[in-house]
Amino acid sequence: MNPSLFPSSAAWSCLLLDCALLFNAPAAAAPFVPRDDSEILARVPDRRDPLAVGLRERHVALSANPGNWTLASDLAQRYLQLHRASGDPRHLGRAQSVLAPWWEASAPVPILVQRATLKQSLHDFPGALRDLHAALQQAPDDGQAWLTKATILTVCGDYEQARRCCLALARLASDVVVVTASASVAALTGQAERSCEVLRQALARNGSAPAGEKVWAQTVLAEACARLGQTEEAERHFREALALGERDLYLLGAFADFLLDAGRPREAAQWLRSETGVEGLLLRLALAESRQTPPPETLARNVRRLQEWFLQAQRRGDSIHHREQARFALHLLRQPGEALQLAAANWKVQREPADVRILLEAALAAGQPKAAADAVHFVRTNQLQDRCIERLVAALTAEEAQ
Amino acid sequence: MNPGKLPSTKSGLNLRVAASLAASILLWVCPPVTVAHQAGNSYLTLTRAGAQLRGEWHLALRDLHDVLDLDADGSGDITWGELRSQQAAISNYALARLQLGEAPRPASLHLAELLVDIHSDGAYAVLRFTADHSAAEDLLHVEYSAFFEVDRLHRGWLRLETPEGVRTAVFGPDAAVQRLAWSGKQPGHGPAAFIREGVWHIWTGYDHILFLLALLLPGSLRLSAREWEPVVSFRVVLGEVVRIVTAFTVAHSLTLSLAVLGRVHPAARLVECTIAASVILAAANNIRPIFRGRAWLVAFVFGLVHGFGFANALADLGLRPGQVAGALLAFNLGVEAGQLAIVLALLPALFVWRDRAFYRNLLLPVGSCAIALVASFWLAERLFD
Repeated sequence: MNPSLFPSSAAWSCLLLDCALLFNAPAAAAPFVPRDDSEILARVPDRRDPLAVGLRERHVALSANPGNWTLASDLAQRYLQLHRASGDPRHLGRAQSVLAPWWEASAPVPILVQRATLKQSLHDFPGALRDLHAALQQAPDDGQAWLTKATILTVCGDYEQARRCCLALARLASDVVVVTASASVAALTGQAERSCEVLRQALARNGSAPAGEKVWAQTVLAEACARLGQTEEAERHFREALALGERDLYLLGAFADFLLDAGRPREAAQWLRSETGVEGLLLRLALAESRQTPPPETLARNVRRLQEWFLQAQRRGDSIHHREQARFALHLLRQPGEALQLAAANWKVQREPADVRILLEAALAAGQPKAAADAVHFVRTNQLQDRCIERLVAALTAEEAQ
Repeated sequence: MNPGKLPSTKSGLNLRVAASLAASILLWVCPPVTVAHQAGNSYLTLTRAGAQLRGEWHLALRDLHDVLDLDADGSGDITWGELRSQQAAISNYALARLQLGEAPRPASLHLAELLVDIHSDGAYAVLRFTADHSAAEDLLHVEYSAFFEVDRLHRGWLRLETPEGVRTAVFGPDAAVQRLAWSGKQPGHGPAAFIREGVWHIWTGYDHILFLLALLLPGSLRLSAREWEPVVSFRVVLGEVVRIVTAFTVAHSLTLSLAVLGRVHPAARLVECTIAASVILAAANNIRPIFRGRAWLVAFVFGLVHGFGFANALADLGLRPGQVAGALLAFNLGVEAGQLAIVLALLPALFVWRDRAFYRNLLLPVGSCAIALVASFWLAERLFD
């Protein structure tokens, strides 16, 4: 299911010793018989909740008509939306199981696009691109397919192809979406100032655009400003995005990273205080806590939780968290060797600025500048404008020269 | 990278596109970096206690609630009382999706009690159960499929507690059938492991061994009229043995490959019964000739059926699609190596004894009778099970 790129098992030798940790969680707290029948064990969505009712009805309809792809597609859509809002991978698993009869074969266009979205979430980018290619052959005007494709290509660092997808998107989506998609690519290829300009104009023009679109645009803008070192501008746009009220896990993570870079760990911890259930945010919380003096007592528990989680993800065969694992290894466990292996494995799959950065940081910390040569070349070829990355590249070049 | 959301309509678009966009449900492009909760997991620990297996299985209430409605009064809470009242349903659901031991006789599972455990990600139901499982068996065959039908990302974590330590395995929709060793080296998935599996299978495949044995027993004798006569030259004996073993090998390789690659699906019971019958025939032929001369042809024809028997074993290893060809080759090599070892062990004795009376008049008939008897017992067992 997942193309799996593991660092050598040696890299995890320390963590593998903690294999017991994985099972100590269930075993250490012994199972028990509650004393009281009325003791509450779990909270579940209200059965009468319209969302739950809708899902149940659709499941019933689908099991009555298992071959009906429109029903399946509709149900999968709902699960994908639930996943988007909550980050809970169970919803992805459910969407995948609903689409199981159409998973391998050729399928109708909406299902191909959903499959691609699922694969994207699972970091099977080649698989997702194949599905999108098939979808676009049948339906060249499917805006969502072009948008998803553009996003994936941007993440993979294939900016030329991404630009073409943005061009194709031009007639098929709203102003804000088209501009944001193109600006995302342009900001990473030497036109950061221009992209910021264009995004601001688009936002000014489209005050009544849906909140979701504006959040995306503001986030891209904020990140571009942060990379350029325009900290005040970046913060303004982050706060504007947060003020739009949409719960966006990516935005929370990006803002936390911004605060960490700005040397404001206390604020970052404040923002993420209640996000211990979402592991990517838990990582940033732990990073923020580790930078406070003195570190709060919850740090040890959070680190342990993350350790268990990464180990379990590895044993599951998930390779989607290598970037987070690398950050965890480098900054919290202080193991540059392992971090470098993880970052290098991550680099094979995705090439966002954050991926570049962790690879450069790990290579520098491990004293192996050559390991990051490809990333340095990538930065120079694409003219990636990022203050932190530029500093790292300078440091690595200096180290290599020694 | 951040999500992009398409609007349902846009002025200025052509009608077809507008209509299709309006018809489609808005979809968020998921950010590639998954900031994720814990995915669905369940945890099973197995220990041996005498002739029984004891199991403790932790299943998340969230996952159980998806497949069985645990909130009887619709209050939005699952209480201990509600969970307790669903004990039978939970047990039925879970134990039906766990198989310990191979078909046709897996261990039967008996629920002992239901408890609760609080993990870091919420409350879990704990099923404690026992399974009647032969303590002598070293390899545990496990088929695990809880929640896979509703959540393809669900994983089952198995932990086998043995005197030497703990063995673990992860079960998923693509790895739902696995075998773990209670002791010694855990069967792995590399070529060496499959070669070992092949050797192990022929050495513990007593029906295959007895078949070969029955064919080879008269190997250094030649049938003339109605009697066996010793063959003079070792070369001839060797030639005969080589023909028989090669024919058997070629035939079972063929059908093993066909079955494993999914081309042919013979019924397991039919295969097992025919194998038993083949042993009887081969043995009986030594006593009263049923087919003359070409033992290698008999070896070939029945070898085809024996191949299907091996295929069952290989299929149980739960191979991932990419592994199959390599595993097949390695497994086959293992079978051949195992066979060769047996033949090489027998051959000198067969040749040296060829003109001994006890061989011709005692070992051959009595040995063949014994083989036929054992095989008849198997046949009866397999027919009427």
